[in-house]
Amino acid sequence: MLFSLSLIGYYLSTTTYIIFFVTQKKKIRSAARCLLFGAGILHTVTIISRYFLAGHTPLTTHFDTVSFFAWSMTWAFLSFRWRYQVKNFGTFVSIVISALMTIAALSSQTIAELPPALQSAWLPVHASIAIIADGFMAMGFCSGLMYLLQERELKKKRFGVFYSRLPSLEALDNLIQHCLTVGFPLLTLGIITGSLWAKQAWGAYWHWDPKETWSLITWFLYAAMLHQRFIAGWRGKRAAILAIIGFIAILFTLWGVTFLLPGVHSYVR
Amino acid sequence: MSVDSILVLGVNHKTAPVEVREQLAFTSDPERPFKKLKEIPGCSEFCFLSTCNRVEVIFTSPHQMETIRSIKKFLFATSNINEDDIDNFIYLHRGADAITHLYRVAASLDSMVVGEPQILGQLKDAYRNSADRECTGVVLNRLLHKAFSVAKRIRTETNIGGSAVSISYAAVELAKKIFGKLEGKKVLLVGAGEMAELAAEHLVNQGISEVIVANRTLERAVNLAKRFNGKAVGLTELHTQMELVDIMVSSTGASGLILHQEDVKPIMKQRKNRPLFLIDIAVPRDLDPKLNDLDNVYLYDVDDLSQVVEGNKAEREQEAQQAERIVTEETLKFLQWIEDMQLTPTIAALRLKADTIAKAELAKTISHCSNLGARDIKSIEKMTGAILNKILHDPILFLKEGHNHEDKQLKLDFVRKIFGLDLEAEKEE
Repeated sequence: MLFSLSLIGYYLSTTTYIIFFVTQKKKIRSAARCLLFGAGILHTVTIISRYFLAGHTPLTTHFDTVSFFAWSMTWAFLSFRWRYQVKNFGTFVSIVISALMTIAALSSQTIAELPPALQSAWLPVHASIAIIADGFMAMGFCSGLMYLLQERELKKKRFGVFYSRLPSLEALDNLIQHCLTVGFPLLTLGIITGSLWAKQAWGAYWHWDPKETWSLITWFLYAAMLHQRFIAGWRGKRAAILAIIGFIAILFTLWGVTFLLPGVHSYVR
Repeated sequence: MSVDSILVLGVNHKTAPVEVREQLAFTSDPERPFKKLKEIPGCSEFCFLSTCNRVEVIFTSPHQMETIRSIKKFLFATSNINEDDIDNFIYLHRGADAITHLYRVAASLDSMVVGEPQILGQLKDAYRNSADRECTGVVLNRLLHKAFSVAKRIRTETNIGGSAVSISYAAVELAKKIFGKLEGKKVLLVGAGEMAELAAEHLVNQGISEVIVANRTLERAVNLAKRFNGKAVGLTELHTQMELVDIMVSSTGASGLILHQEDVKPIMKQRKNRPLFLIDIAVPRDLDPKLNDLDNVYLYDVDDLSQVVEGNKAEREQEAQQAERIVTEETLKFLQWIEDMQLTPTIAALRLKADTIAKAELAKTISHCSNLGARDIKSIEKMTGAILNKILHDPILFLKEGHNHEDKQLKLDFVRKIFGLDLEAEKEE
């Protein structure tokens, strides 16, 4: 029930953001932002109530994971928004949030018994950090996409819907950078806490189970991206494309691995 | 106060050539126009606006012919234009037309380049100057404030000022889409021609922090660099300079390309791929068109820029149509206000007249009757008041009814005539 309410809240906010994107009326944007904020709060309440319902941190089912993904993206966006403003960023972000929420809504909401291996204080720490990192990377994906759209119009010299609505390339490039500089340390921390937990639960830091492998691949992708940026000046279009590829890797780690490659993480369904 | 006593008289770039306009310039003594206009009889409120494209007086006046003639004389006092020719250069708007004209001026619909925002600031200054000298009153205060808010409304509701309509503005706009803020960015001018200078001027106005000029003859480069507090370099240093700047404007007279794709590739590496905006305003072109294929390099030549400008102009015209609709709408609103202004005093005048008559007649009657008590007098007074109210009830209702502007004007006029309200006023004067 609570979940459905927040889902509706997100849909309304996304619709309003799209209307703002078309009309560019400031009042509509404030409305969209308020709706998103409201939906975010409802969603927080949803997650807390799931916690009491399940008796443990609700991050072990597919439904909970994706829902928490959307939640972290919402609050990552709102926290960014509080610090500085990027024109029409909200439209893109809210679409992704709504998409995630839809996927969550389509999966089973039944609460599974917690396997003994997962009964640990590490569960909330590891899972939430890893997913919050994903939230920031998802924002990086949105800014990368916006960069490519704006860049394309500037290069082709044909100015359509995006030219006037999207911010400058430099602003978007900075935005990608910001998302990655927050997301990457979190991603690193997620992997470290995971391996500490693995040591405690299974006796070894690393098992090379598919989820771990793919997290590592994703981590290397982002690490290479940041490294190249500082050393060789990989910025602009290339950074934008990499931010998008990185996000695809994250999605694969989240879903591809779970559904295609079974391993110790496979209870997250 | 009738709508028709609001007038605008002046010259602008459409009605008078610059040879005429420059003779009307009021630059020498800023106090003179106010002093002179205040002396003109019948010019009860006024606002004086003088810019390089227009000189106009917005005023209200009951005795119009005389005032108009005096203002014309004042405007053309310093010129050598024949009195008979004056009418060829001026425009005179009255009533609703005057309001519409003022709104159009404020919203930059009447400007040489439609949508350029400077005029609003100039009008605001003009109003402040006039208001400070107590030249404006109830009507103009309201009218000008309305004009400002109409201009603001048009600016927010339409995209009239949104896009650049000259090549250098287009370049600035593009630069902003690439770099965001231009503060702290550097521009390199290659070639020291007039076009380069113009583009640089716009860029500097937008906050560019450093200008570097590269030219074949160093002397001209030095001269141009001085204008922008920049530095001059020789053409041989082009490649090293390109590693440091963000925007490059090329306008040399060279017969072939001066910069090829292969030259810039290593430069981009040195720049760590920071975006580079290349503007080629030379004909024949200076810069290799293939440069645009490099990542983070944005090359625009004259044709590209003109295309941007043409597109924007078309868009602006569309926006202007929408703006004209807003102007019409707002003009009607102002007319409504003036009408209401007229309605209230008319009703008051009507009551006053009836009361005066009743009081006079009562006094006469009571002085003839000696056997009336205080209570009787009270009753008679009450009765007279009731009769008056009942008689006036319908005419007042008649005045207040109806929304049609022309109807209202006619009704007001009619009622004022029937009850001879204006006769009273004229007698008093």
